[in-house]
Amino acid sequence: METEQLIRTLAADNAHRSRPVGLVLTLALLSAAPVSVAIFFAGLGVRPDVMTAMHNPFFDMKFVVTLAMAISGVAVSLHLSRPEASLRGWGWLLLIPAGMLALEIGSEMMMPQRLPMMTRLIGSNSRTCMTAIPLMSLPLLVAALIGLRSGAPARPAVAGAIAGLLSAGLAATLYASHCTDDSPLFVATWYTIAAALVATIGALVGSRVLRF
Amino acid sequence: MRETEDEWTGLMRLAISGDSAAYHRLLKAVTPVLRAGARRGLARAGQPVDQSEDVVQDILLAVHLKRHTWDANAPFAPWLFAIARNKLIDALRRRGRRVFVNIDDFAETIPSEPAAETAPASEISAQLQSLPARQRDVVQSIAVDSASIKDTAAKFAMTEGAVRVALHRGLASLTAKLREQ
Repeated sequence: METEQLIRTLAADNAHRSRPVGLVLTLALLSAAPVSVAIFFAGLGVRPDVMTAMHNPFFDMKFVVTLAMAISGVAVSLHLSRPEASLRGWGWLLLIPAGMLALEIGSEMMMPQRLPMMTRLIGSNSRTCMTAIPLMSLPLLVAALIGLRSGAPARPAVAGAIAGLLSAGLAATLYASHCTDDSPLFVATWYTIAAALVATIGALVGSRVLRF
Repeated sequence: MRETEDEWTGLMRLAISGDSAAYHRLLKAVTPVLRAGARRGLARAGQPVDQSEDVVQDILLAVHLKRHTWDANAPFAPWLFAIARNKLIDALRRRGRRVFVNIDDFAETIPSEPAAETAPASEISAQLQSLPARQRDVVQSIAVDSASIKDTAAKFAMTEGAVRVALHRGLASLTAKLREQ
């Protein structure tokens, strides 16, 4: 086919409008969310003392941190879905949840504690945490990758990794209401490992499926 | 260069608002620039430049299918060149080259003498044969036989809407097949 013919054909298809990436991503995440929520209620459920726990600011902060990760992940991955975009000027958004955790750890250090530091860090749910977060992330990761496929990321592996972070953020938000370990040391360790795992999966899959 | 790029941005805005003639004009205007950039990139990687037309067509398809990722408030050229670089890198990788594409392969000034088509592109035509019959017939009718959507609809006893759908799907699956090669 000659290029001139191709151009004429593309012009004939000009009426076709694709949905904006943000919309596709939102719809995909919304349809995957019930799956993750179902996994959550089938396997974990909200912790029984949730009404008391809500008075503990470290419990509440878990949601702020995980949601911050999900939201910054959505913002950065939407930015990266444009071919001319790079992480420059946007990557710092991903550091917001890390910064929050650092501040939390600092303030926890200044308070009198019943348990020693290593006990708080190791907690009692690390294994559940590292299984449940990736597991609940998977449907969301698939959705995020489907959403971003409608975009045109210049670096598919990076975009896939961010998709992993955003789905881990959402899954961790669910998980946080189950977990009785509220210390920011626990969150900074195990949630981070779980999120890194999902980000790695996202990068591996993304480098294949996000190429355009 | 500046002026040309502003003109492209204007044309693309018109195209997005539904002006197919402006879109046609834009694609025609960017093609020589893409061709020159593709040749520069292929030459730098030690590849025969007569493959440049396949790269150009690959870029045009991607521009078409991803144009919703262009921000209408941003200039068009950086977006276009980002797509072009991506496709050039793809093409070189497919040929087994580990390459570093010069950022300026495409952004350099417009060639003084517009590069003419040398060797005809062959990849799209080859992939066209592997499309589902309906999509292939519609794409062929519009591309090769220069039929309008209306005439194509009459020829295959389809509605115009069905022709449009088949055309878009055909272009999308062509792109997918080119990527999978």
